[in-house]
Amino acid sequence: MRFLFKTSYAQDIRLFRDNVDASWYGLLAVAVVALPFLLSEYYVGETTWVFIYAICGISLMVLVGYTGLVSLGHAAFLGIGAYAHAFFLKHGMPWIPSVVLAVLITTASGLVVGLPALRMTGIYLAIATLAFSVIIQEVFSRWESVTHGFAGMPVAKPTILGVPFDDDRSFYYLCLFFLVLALWLTRNLLRSPTGRAWIAIRDSEIAAQSMGVNLAIYKSMAFAYSAALMGLAGALFAHKIAYLAPDIFTILLSIQFLLLVIVGGLGSLHGAVFGAIFVALLPPVIAILRDSIPQSMAEAAAATGIAPIGILGEAVGNFLRKPGVEAGIFGLILVLVILLEPLGMYGRWVKIRIFFSTFPMYKSATFKRQKTYMRSERLR
Amino acid sequence: MVALGFVLIYKATELVNFAQGDLLMLGAFVAYMAVVWWGLDYWLAFLISVVTIGAFGALLDAVVLRQVIGQPQFAVVMLTIGLGAMFRTFASVTWGSEIYTMPTPFGGVSTIGDVTLSHQYLSIILGTLILCGGLYAFFNHTRLGVAMQATSQNQLAAYYMGIPVKLIFSLIWAISAGVAAAAGILLAPVTLIDINMGLAVALKAFAAAVLGGFGSIPGALVGGIIIGLIELYAGATLPDGFKDTAPYIVLLLMLIVRPQGLFGMLTRKKV
Repeated sequence: MRFLFKTSYAQDIRLFRDNVDASWYGLLAVAVVALPFLLSEYYVGETTWVFIYAICGISLMVLVGYTGLVSLGHAAFLGIGAYAHAFFLKHGMPWIPSVVLAVLITTASGLVVGLPALRMTGIYLAIATLAFSVIIQEVFSRWESVTHGFAGMPVAKPTILGVPFDDDRSFYYLCLFFLVLALWLTRNLLRSPTGRAWIAIRDSEIAAQSMGVNLAIYKSMAFAYSAALMGLAGALFAHKIAYLAPDIFTILLSIQFLLLVIVGGLGSLHGAVFGAIFVALLPPVIAILRDSIPQSMAEAAAATGIAPIGILGEAVGNFLRKPGVEAGIFGLILVLVILLEPLGMYGRWVKIRIFFSTFPMYKSATFKRQKTYMRSERLR
Repeated sequence: MVALGFVLIYKATELVNFAQGDLLMLGAFVAYMAVVWWGLDYWLAFLISVVTIGAFGALLDAVVLRQVIGQPQFAVVMLTIGLGAMFRTFASVTWGSEIYTMPTPFGGVSTIGDVTLSHQYLSIILGTLILCGGLYAFFNHTRLGVAMQATSQNQLAAYYMGIPVKLIFSLIWAISAGVAAAAGILLAPVTLIDINMGLAVALKAFAAAVLGGFGSIPGALVGGIIIGLIELYAGATLPDGFKDTAPYIVLLLMLIVRPQGLFGMLTRKKV
């Protein structure tokens, strides 16, 4: 285990811990930039989904993981961003002002939803955002002059300053640029007094207030920032999906975002990216499994001469083909993660890293969390 | 009615169960299966469904939810959301996505004065009243019920007092699941049975529970009535589309203006 001895302020404020860290991230950057040349068009498209989901994940991570406010309505922000962007584009606005306006509108709506957040916490807030998302979904389907309702709304390919981003590869780089921008902004914000205030609010509202953190301002800021990122993600989402319909932005999508941050690991930006990889790649993996499992099992049955293997494979394939199974698999994973690894994928990674860096001295008790037994605040 | 289930669970465990609506759906399906496929009597089916789902709730607690005792409330919320998604998938795989109608013995209508009531609605109202009364009495006047309330107010203290906290938790889940199943069966003739019935009903029940104030039984009833009325009037007087959203708009306003609900009590958290 290496300890860093900081001798200057410049060392204290650098983005990466040390040169080793920085070079690892540099390597990752090279890999990500080179990726579109190594993969087929289809996989480049799927990776773009990962980037968009990662921006959503960062947005929700700021709110849930760092400020401790649970939102069940983030799909609504995504929808607002997407529809606003598509609407402005359709009316001939250039790309950049359109995105900026969409982000501003989403931010404003985030502030409005943040209002109830000033007075309540926990479950009440979750329900308030849930109600918001139901209302917004109804607005999407009814306000037909803007959203075209259930008929759907086509979105053109992006053209920025005369440069067309019309194939999957160029759009990949566009999304990558915004993801890096979002990560960089958020990382810096989280190390600033604002970020520290958010974390203080998450850990104890009363302690934060006692230290002079203005709860109202910082909670609204968290909501606004989170909504703004979601609006940005929404604009990219609109281009990616190319056809907007109100039934995309349901509660199920919000739950999927929550799943993302929990599976990734609450309270870390790495977690948001890990979770995005997981959530965005699971459906295609299920789709692949659904075809390959029966086939490979049938081959195994033919090779070994044991018929039940083939029948079992067929049954698994049929099960995966049924509608709604995906949601159930997501639910199952959510349950398993909360039960077995509450710190998520990033938490597991940290544990593995510490295991090796402290090699024979690892204690599982290092990560044991103190249990807090519930006590009611109700007097009667 | 469903709001009642939420409030009971909340009052007793300070847990919010997002899977309640899906338990309700499972209850309705089990009853449907018993009545239509196996040709059993309605009341017998009712009993079977309530007992099965109740036992299932207890099992759920023993296997899954007990693990997260001592973790933040958020974990439980996410857990129940995940479980709810699993139940829905289970139902769609087992029963398909068709819509079923539930046969009931409550045919016909009766007229009291000027008001004509169909027996189905009457059965819902009566069932709600009986359940409410029974549960209220149970929680306030039996040893077990009081023990449950004690558990909710302070787990550790209740444990020191010799209350078997784990067992009590399982029982609470069993009761709430049973109540959800009963609600599902009573509602089935009105809303029809399909895999998404739970979600819609649960959302409205949430609204009702929040409106009346979480943790208050009379509040849940009043909240439910208010939500029902709002929906009715919004459907009749406002343009199309407001019928479904009006309850949520009211809910949002309510949360901004008076977050503790009509009858709720919320005190400042002490350190």
